[in-house]
Amino acid sequence: MIENNVREHKPPWVVVLKKLSKNKLGLMGTALILCLIFIAITAPFLEPYSYKEQHIEIMNEPPSLSHFMGTDDFGRDVLSRVIRGARISFVVGVLSVGISVFIGVIVGAIAGFYGGVVDLALTTIADLTWAMPAILIALLLVAIIGTGLESVVVAIGLSYWAQYARLIRGQILSLKSAVFIEATKSLGASDMVILFKHLIPNSIGPVIVAATIGIGNAIVLEATLGFLGMGAQPPTPSWGAMMSNGTAYLFISPWVILFPGLAMMLTVLGFNLFGDALIDLLDVKNKESN
Amino acid sequence: MTFLKVSDLEVEFCVDKKKITPIEQVSFEMKKGEVLGMVGETGSGKSLTAHAIMGLSSLVGGKIRGRVQFGDKDLLSLSEREMQSIRGSQIAFIPQNPMTSLDPVYRVGDQIVEGLYKHRKISKRAAKLKALEIMEKLQIPKANHVFQQYPHQLSGGLKQRIVIAIGLCTSPQLLIADEPTTALDVTVQAQIMRLFLKMTKDKGIGLLLITHDLGVIAQVSDKIAVMYAGNIVEFGPIKTVFNTPHHPYTKALLNCIPTIGMKKGTLDAIYGNVPTVGNYPPGCRYQPRCPDRFAPCGTIVPKMTKLAEDTRVACHKYNGSKD
Amino acid sequence: MEKFLEINDLSVSFGVRGGLFLRKIGTIKAVNNACFSIDKGEIVGVVGESGCGKSTLARLILRLVEPDDGSVSFNGTDLLKMSKKEMRWQRRHMQMVFQDPYSAMDPLYTIYRSLCEPFQIQRIKLTKGEQRKKVDALLELVGLNSDHGFAYPHELSGGQKQRADIARALALNPQFVILDEPTAALDVSVQAQIIKLLEELRERLNLTFLFISHDLSLVSYFCDRVIVMYLGRIVENISADLIGKTPYHPYTKALIESIFKTDPGEKKLVAPLEGEVPSPFNLPSGCVFAARCNDAQKLCREKLPVLENTGNGGQVACHFPLIPLADPIG
Repeated sequence: MIENNVREHKPPWVVVLKKLSKNKLGLMGTALILCLIFIAITAPFLEPYSYKEQHIEIMNEPPSLSHFMGTDDFGRDVLSRVIRGARISFVVGVLSVGISVFIGVIVGAIAGFYGGVVDLALTTIADLTWAMPAILIALLLVAIIGTGLESVVVAIGLSYWAQYARLIRGQILSLKSAVFIEATKSLGASDMVILFKHLIPNSIGPVIVAATIGIGNAIVLEATLGFLGMGAQPPTPSWGAMMSNGTAYLFISPWVILFPGLAMMLTVLGFNLFGDALIDLLDVKNKESN
Repeated sequence: MTFLKVSDLEVEFCVDKKKITPIEQVSFEMKKGEVLGMVGETGSGKSLTAHAIMGLSSLVGGKIRGRVQFGDKDLLSLSEREMQSIRGSQIAFIPQNPMTSLDPVYRVGDQIVEGLYKHRKISKRAAKLKALEIMEKLQIPKANHVFQQYPHQLSGGLKQRIVIAIGLCTSPQLLIADEPTTALDVTVQAQIMRLFLKMTKDKGIGLLLITHDLGVIAQVSDKIAVMYAGNIVEFGPIKTVFNTPHHPYTKALLNCIPTIGMKKGTLDAIYGNVPTVGNYPPGCRYQPRCPDRFAPCGTIVPKMTKLAEDTRVACHKYNGSKD
Repeated sequence: MEKFLEINDLSVSFGVRGGLFLRKIGTIKAVNNACFSIDKGEIVGVVGESGCGKSTLARLILRLVEPDDGSVSFNGTDLLKMSKKEMRWQRRHMQMVFQDPYSAMDPLYTIYRSLCEPFQIQRIKLTKGEQRKKVDALLELVGLNSDHGFAYPHELSGGQKQRADIARALALNPQFVILDEPTAALDVSVQAQIIKLLEELRERLNLTFLFISHDLSLVSYFCDRVIVMYLGRIVENISADLIGKTPYHPYTKALIESIFKTDPGEKKLVAPLEGEVPSPFNLPSGCVFAARCNDAQKLCREKLPVLENTGNGGQVACHFPLIPLADPIG
């Protein structure tokens, strides 16, 4: 009577890596993100010059062998500033998305799980935030808590949470009547166990995908705020602030605006490609080939 | 003249550059007006066999080989266009899930008439009258009213009757029904199966009934084909196979079914699982689960052996002995 | 002596909302005045067609759905009077095996992790080694081995998954297990394996089962007693030995006659019942089965029959039972 044959079984990470190796665009995205992380971590060692030292004598110099990306209007090395800017962008992107995902998941999960009036109240708040342009909220918040990198992070975090809340609420609504949830309930599990150990892990996939793409968006929003002069304060190099300064000299020294722009484009591209690949990767349940 | 003769039907897929054959060496024949029950568990390839016979290669998704002789034609050598005209008019198919096989955006009446329209050149009015006549024969109450309704307005049993009406309206010679009553409650299943059988018998339609339910087959069919892991392992008249099953799988399968009044603890089970497609064992595919296996079973694929007129079995136990 | 499990007047109805502003447009009485009891060690089957309320009944007993009315007394204590917290600890004594093995386990958990969960939820402190031992013993109990523990649910066959589900239900040594169509999604040969396993487990662990199924043959084989439900009401409660011979309720008889027997000798294709189970929406006042019953009379459409003792150890709710009931005095 005993069935001894176990079907061939692979740990999920093996399946994920195997799938990723077949997805060229996904690999490219991964490589771009890994590059960004590497640059962000090792920035102080990679910079050929100091990012803040000013050399008026080499103001607005075009790219050359000694300065690959040229220099800006204060004679600072653009390459060094782009490298240091990667750190700022990455930190802002990850932290602010972290905040939005945290708020979004808690609010969305509670709304979906408890339903009724709780759901109605939370969904209304989420919808209201969602209806306001993110940049407007960010501007408002920056105006209230003041400029600076921290307030930018909080501002971006508070303006993007609604989309994660909606995503996870929908997932939980459809999962909450699943048989394995009922099975866990019949073992005597509390609401918290059901919510945090089963419902959220099973519905987090789409949120991770959205968050990855969201990091790209957050980096752009940070740049926008920086461009408007509300982000990192000089001399901290943020890509947005660099581009903002560069506009004044657009026709004299276009490299000042070009290279931070390129860096940002590649970063956003990396997160988007990786996010798209994740949609496929996170679906571990569907066997890699049938 | 042969009515339907399937010989060495085989379907081949390519998965990850590996060739797999989910059905192999499927051979059987049907006489006109006969009911053949095809039974097997999940993964035995019974639905795939039906699709292959109909030449529905898009549903099969692989290469179909062998011969399917229907009347004087070999269905597998026909072009898709010729096959299409045969499919609607001479062979009809009742799919596995009646609940989803009706198009939700058309009235059920129009869906019945559509088949008639396509293959018989008759007027709209005549087609409707014919459809209503069939619906009444299938005991659909208020046929005129139901004709105007959409599928979601009907109960499961009614939807099933509509699907059967679609199959029957062009008066096909062969009807292939894939688990036609599985989704229904027992009392409704009893009604519909009876009606279904009466209609096919009255019109002399040959019925290939595919099901996992041995009870339905015992009550309905004239002959039975038992499928296991893509092969037919036993074929014969219903009484012979049920009363004196030869293949160890058929025997075991019959002992797996509980009946009312059966003594407790007397139910038998079959060890292990049906092998999945592509993971078939060498030799006889039933051999790892078979209590009677002996030397040749693990290496040589058993051939169909004729035991009597119309009775065949694919098992090494009966190889050579001609009684 | 108090009964092991006693259910009295258990009822629940669900409001149906529809139309503009989702107003309440009617109620479905999913389970209506269910009364029965189970002795220790007994296997009781509940059988009926779709919509008869058998699955809801199971969930009411375990309080996975809160009843509107009635009582469930388990070893003498009323479960419905327990607080939510008390009920959580009570759950270790009563478990459930679910119909669809394909979705009864968290797809992200290995079988091992799913089997550890009962201990964690019930706060049973175990060391890593003890936990390993317990889970391996459970896997062995249901005919699996420790290799299966590493697998994810989608890597197992339907039968193996159902074994794992049974193992999880047995993890906390319950006295009472509800089996909700445990074999409905499986092939007959695998169904037979699972049924044999359940027979064996009951012997070894001295379990009491409530077995829910739509398959009357299976229920009458596996169970000691059979409860027949129709549209939310219990219509008959009969010993499994008698069901094939002397059913009292016309619906029970119709169910038996609807079964396609695996005996090709007796070709009997008469449909015992016409029509389908009506919508459970706003039922009429009389007997729930009157609309399809061949023997229905005026009284049946007006007055609801109540469960009465048959004198054969069973009960039936019918004004005109197929066999006259024994004299209540004699």
